[in-house]
Amino acid sequence: MYAFTFHRPQTVRQAAGLLTKNADAKLLAGGQSLLPTMKLRLASPPQILDMTLVEGLSGIELSGRALTIGAMTRHYEVNASPVVQQAIPVLAKLAGLIGDPAVRHRGTLGGSVANNDPNADYPAACLGLGATIITNKRRIKADDYFTGMFSTALEPGEIITKISFPIPKKAAYQKFRNQASRFALVGVFVAKRGSDIRVAVTGAGSNGVFRVTSFEEALKKRFSPKSLEGLTIPADGMNSDIHGSAEYRAHLVGVLARRAVAEAIGKPAA
Amino acid sequence: MAKISLIVNGNPVNANIDPRTLLVQFLRENLRLTGTHVGCDTSQCGACVVHLDGKAVKSCTTLAVMADGHEVKTIEGLAADGGPLHPMQEAFREHHGLQCGFCTPGMIMTAVDIVRRKGNELDDHTIREELEGNICRCTGYHNIVKAIAAGARAMRGGASASQAAE
Amino acid sequence: MSATGIGASVRRKEDRRFITGAGHYTDDINRPGQVFAYFIRSPHAHAAIKSIDSKSAAAMPGVLAVLTGTELAADKIGNLICGWMIHSKDGTPMKMAAHPALASGKACHVGDAIAVVVAETLAQARDAAEKVKVDYTVLAAVADPVAAQKPGAPQIHDVAANNTIYQWHLGDAKAVDAAFKTAKHVTKLDIVNNRLVPNAIEPRAAIGDYDSGTGTFTLWNTTQNPHVARLVIAAFVGMAPEHKLRVIAPDVGGGFGSKIFIYPEEVVALWASKRVGRPVKWVCDRSEAFLSDAHGRDHVTHAEMAFDAGGKIVGLRAKTIANLGAYMSTFSSSIPTYLYATLLSGQYEIPQIYCEVDAVYTNTVPVDAYRGAGRPEATFVVERLVEVGAREMGQDPAELRRKNFVQKFPHQTPVILMYDAGDYNASLKKAMELADYKGFAKRKRESARHGKLRGIGISTYIEACGLAPSQAAGSLGAGVGLWESAEVRVNPTGSVEILTGSHSHGQGHETTFAQLVSERLGIPIENVSIVHGDTDKVQFGMGTYGSRSGAVGMSAIVKALDKVEAKAKKVAAHLLEAAEADIEFKDGKFSVAGTDKSAAWADVTLNAYVAHKFSGQELEPGLKEGAFYDPTNFTFPAGCHICEVEVDTETGSTEIVAWTAVDDFGVVINPMIVEGQVHGGIAQGVGQALCEGAVYSKDGQLMNGSFMDYSMPRANLLPTLKVATTMTKCPSNPLGIKGCGEAGAIAAPAAVINAITDAIGTEQLAMPATPSAVWSSLQKSYKLPHAA
Ligand SMILES: Cc1cc2nc3c(=O)[nH]c(=O)nc-3n(C[C@H](O)[C@H](O)[C@H](O)COP(=O)(O)OP(=O)(O)OC[C@H]3O[C@@H](n4cnc5c(N)ncnc54)[C@H](O)[C@@H]3O)c2cc1C
Ligand code: FES
Ligand code: FES
Repeated sequence: MYAFTFHRPQTVRQAAGLLTKNADAKLLAGGQSLLPTMKLRLASPPQILDMTLVEGLSGIELSGRALTIGAMTRHYEVNASPVVQQAIPVLAKLAGLIGDPAVRHRGTLGGSVANNDPNADYPAACLGLGATIITNKRRIKADDYFTGMFSTALEPGEIITKISFPIPKKAAYQKFRNQASRFALVGVFVAKRGSDIRVAVTGAGSNGVFRVTSFEEALKKRFSPKSLEGLTIPADGMNSDIHGSAEYRAHLVGVLARRAVAEAIGKPAA
Repeated sequence: MAKISLIVNGNPVNANIDPRTLLVQFLRENLRLTGTHVGCDTSQCGACVVHLDGKAVKSCTTLAVMADGHEVKTIEGLAADGGPLHPMQEAFREHHGLQCGFCTPGMIMTAVDIVRRKGNELDDHTIREELEGNICRCTGYHNIVKAIAAGARAMRGGASASQAAE
Repeated sequence: MSATGIGASVRRKEDRRFITGAGHYTDDINRPGQVFAYFIRSPHAHAAIKSIDSKSAAAMPGVLAVLTGTELAADKIGNLICGWMIHSKDGTPMKMAAHPALASGKACHVGDAIAVVVAETLAQARDAAEKVKVDYTVLAAVADPVAAQKPGAPQIHDVAANNTIYQWHLGDAKAVDAAFKTAKHVTKLDIVNNRLVPNAIEPRAAIGDYDSGTGTFTLWNTTQNPHVARLVIAAFVGMAPEHKLRVIAPDVGGGFGSKIFIYPEEVVALWASKRVGRPVKWVCDRSEAFLSDAHGRDHVTHAEMAFDAGGKIVGLRAKTIANLGAYMSTFSSSIPTYLYATLLSGQYEIPQIYCEVDAVYTNTVPVDAYRGAGRPEATFVVERLVEVGAREMGQDPAELRRKNFVQKFPHQTPVILMYDAGDYNASLKKAMELADYKGFAKRKRESARHGKLRGIGISTYIEACGLAPSQAAGSLGAGVGLWESAEVRVNPTGSVEILTGSHSHGQGHETTFAQLVSERLGIPIENVSIVHGDTDKVQFGMGTYGSRSGAVGMSAIVKALDKVEAKAKKVAAHLLEAAEADIEFKDGKFSVAGTDKSAAWADVTLNAYVAHKFSGQELEPGLKEGAFYDPTNFTFPAGCHICEVEVDTETGSTEIVAWTAVDDFGVVINPMIVEGQVHGGIAQGVGQALCEGAVYSKDGQLMNGSFMDYSMPRANLLPTLKVATTMTKCPSNPLGIKGCGEAGAIAAPAAVINAITDAIGTEQLAMPATPSAVWSSLQKSYKLPHAA
């Protein structure tokens, strides 16, 4: 790890001020993505802004038809929260599938969504649920937020403060793990809220998380795994690496989408 | 440099450190608590697991400054000095849950944390899933799983309660 | 059987320090004034080093030295060696290229050590390393062993034309050809035995410490065999004479072979400590380990098995290309030859066997012994051939095996080995019962009902362990003898120290060796301690590998204990005023036959030292004896593993739903520890079969050089394991032990692949059978890696 100076801002405003002043400074949330990169000397931020003391960034709040979760809320808190388990059970489950218990004790929602790892789980939930990413400057729709692998609509000095998830009627997430890293080789999130049907895929696409509109259209007719039978997505634009070819990933998207829909309607395959 | 003060295994510790010091380095090099090990550089193996405010964390993926104002427990602090072994330590020995011993401190600290969260009756499936972040190259996990199930039962009442209150 | 004697599952004496965090691994040790080494490694698989500019690095804060191959050569530090001579078919010796500890002139694999920075702190060393400018001319590289032999392939070392180290063979080619002509059926397979990265969870580490006052070096090192390290570093590398070099192996966190070898880093740590006048510590990072620990396996094989009309095997032939990587590691030459081809007879009576092995250089990390070393590769060949043969001929795979088992012992195979004892039917039968083989069809239907394919796979393996009769090993090219040593030191108060040349890095010797002594001398196990891993304390020994510590290491202890008992009887005779011939020793008590006179163990040991009851002319005082034990044969553990899987056809994932292992290890000292060894071995074998495998790009970049991309077996990859034993005593050593350390890793891969191919109905599948590989195999789009 390269040397850096360490700051502990107390408010979002202070943090934002420091970020604007120091173009290469990095926010430190749970550190579960940032620290591994710094340890391998792949990142060398000259300033680190630890967010643990910043007020008002964690917490889970249910209001009307949305669940709002603070950026610094850790994965285990989302996983164990009775409020989340009640309102959007799949979100609690998804948080429990991230990494391992020790990673979940540190990693945060905001960190994951800011990082936008192409194999991460939360981006699929955000896109699949049509979430709104709320920053110190504005509200960004998930559809506009994820702009490619490790790339987001966040501007310099912009800090995620919370994320608001509309409550779906039915939703499920199927994660197929990469055997080595345990991130998603492919993960498919499906959700139905009124006539709004979303199918979001992580892990597979070479541009990060994406929606499968052809599946969504089919599911609009009938929200059943049967509607997806025979449907596939093209291998073009899928990742291809030692863990799986583009064809394999495209194939898994179909399989996991069907399984997710089956789970969402309460009829999971064996 | 950064000033930190924290509690390690029940004892207050103050230090002035380079902020890039990882918690595991701080424990091993500054405090000479070498029971916490380093088995990888990508946060996967779990040899470095310690408790931060009672919860399992990877000390190789935590800066020492992040522990400022908090409480850390390592394998050395699991049983009281000179006192009897923690039931989970005892169970690893009784069920031959270790061979070379290198992954063992991380396994035991993880195991105690599993009991805190999942209770004293653990089935094999749960234990295996919960060990997602701990790699052992020696045992094939069979006896680790047995040891954790037995340790969890032995922790009933006593240690699990005190652990939760940590 | 006493509670702590032979056959008891005594809880391990060493555990207390490990479960309390009080172990002492190399990285836990710090020397006063210690500084840190960081290696600069080649990012290219093959490149000429035009120049190394270390000026600005040397000026960085805290830096004590930046050293390269030039300084190494100037100080006349010798090359690393491979200690086992193999001759080609044509009689020419193997082509061993120079292997300097720091590259000289060119880099031959990604990770090849080019230079080392020594600084006050590790961070300073790393910071400075980034300032060292190495100017490379990148050369064409080759990573695939088949491609490496092709005309026009990049030439890695001048000594080895076509990158070929040797072209070795074993057996009678003509006789095999003749046997094949008589065959009714021939099964042919192309097999890839995937390259594995050992990944002991403790990374390698070394501390070199030069004492200028006495001119001695001390090396703390993660090694499985400290004496061999000392021998090589003294005699070949020429660091210091043997008596001026002390090697200490403290607690070692797993080895599996990878910590046998003598590596560049420990040589450099020693050398640098003399150069800078401070102790020098080096600890390997995991990603660095991927590029610098010797890998295992990596064979490409074509094999054929011929059967007669009745299903009896009449012949086997195999042609293997073994990838040894960029340099020949310490024992690398022996693995694909004498530890591989000699096992191709399996548990079967095969009249004729012929095997050809080409060993080749490639621009990859060196390859050497990894748990099982050669024997897993052989077992995989044999057990796949038998299984596929049975399927092709429409016979029950278990029945075909039984039909071909060796029944009479001793049995001379056509490939050197003489099997001394075994009962292969017994282990097969017991395994089939425990696995409910009969009920498989019903379980398969059950699986089909919920959309899964179920398969069952058998692996009846044999291994040659207890390495090794020195004379035999020597005649096959070994550079060292493979005996073991022991010294039994009895203290005046009766407690006992055993000094052994074996080394424990997870095997539990502190317990099992003490059990042996406790049983033999009738003293409490707490009164026995085991000393190992320090060349200054322990007489010369060969270390631990090849499942040899029980069969060879403990036999040496038995021999020394015999001598101790004989001497103690003499002392007792004086003490009890009786004739030596009348002294009986049992349960820790000496008594005079036919009388009620007796003396306790501690009385006799005290008297051995106070020496008041006998004169110096009659008897030497003291009670300490040593012995060297050279085995008279290999030992032959064997057994049967049965794996049952369910395959999800949609995703290609395989779940192991049941595992049964029945092994014959001869006499077992501590069943708990033996079972643990089996579990660990199975996990490594399952890892090889389902998820592990180093992947190199064509130009020699390791594509999965960290735990993020190289998949290690996790707890949820494995099922609960059913482990049992059968027993035939090993006739060649006093305890009847065969050895158990490698069995699981040897048996498992074939069992898994036999089960998966049974489930999916095609043999087109190589290891690792990852979900994506199984899925493509099901799509019929599967291509074997390395296909020429
Ligand atoms: C072993 C391991 C396994 C893992 N497995 C998975 C997995 O299976 N699935 C998965 O999804 N993830 C996985 N992760 C990643 C994990 O979920 C991380 O916690 C997460 O990606 C980042 O969150 P963090 O709080 O740790 O962020 P940090 O590492 O602290 O920060 C990540 C990045 O986000 C920025 N950032 C942080 N917070 C904010 C904010 N509020 N506003 C703007 N920018 C911010 C930081 O500056 C940094 O660039 C794994 C990690 C590890 C170590
Ligand atoms: S050392 Fe922390 S996870 Fe491996
Ligand atoms: S006991 Fe050796 S790694 Fe687990």
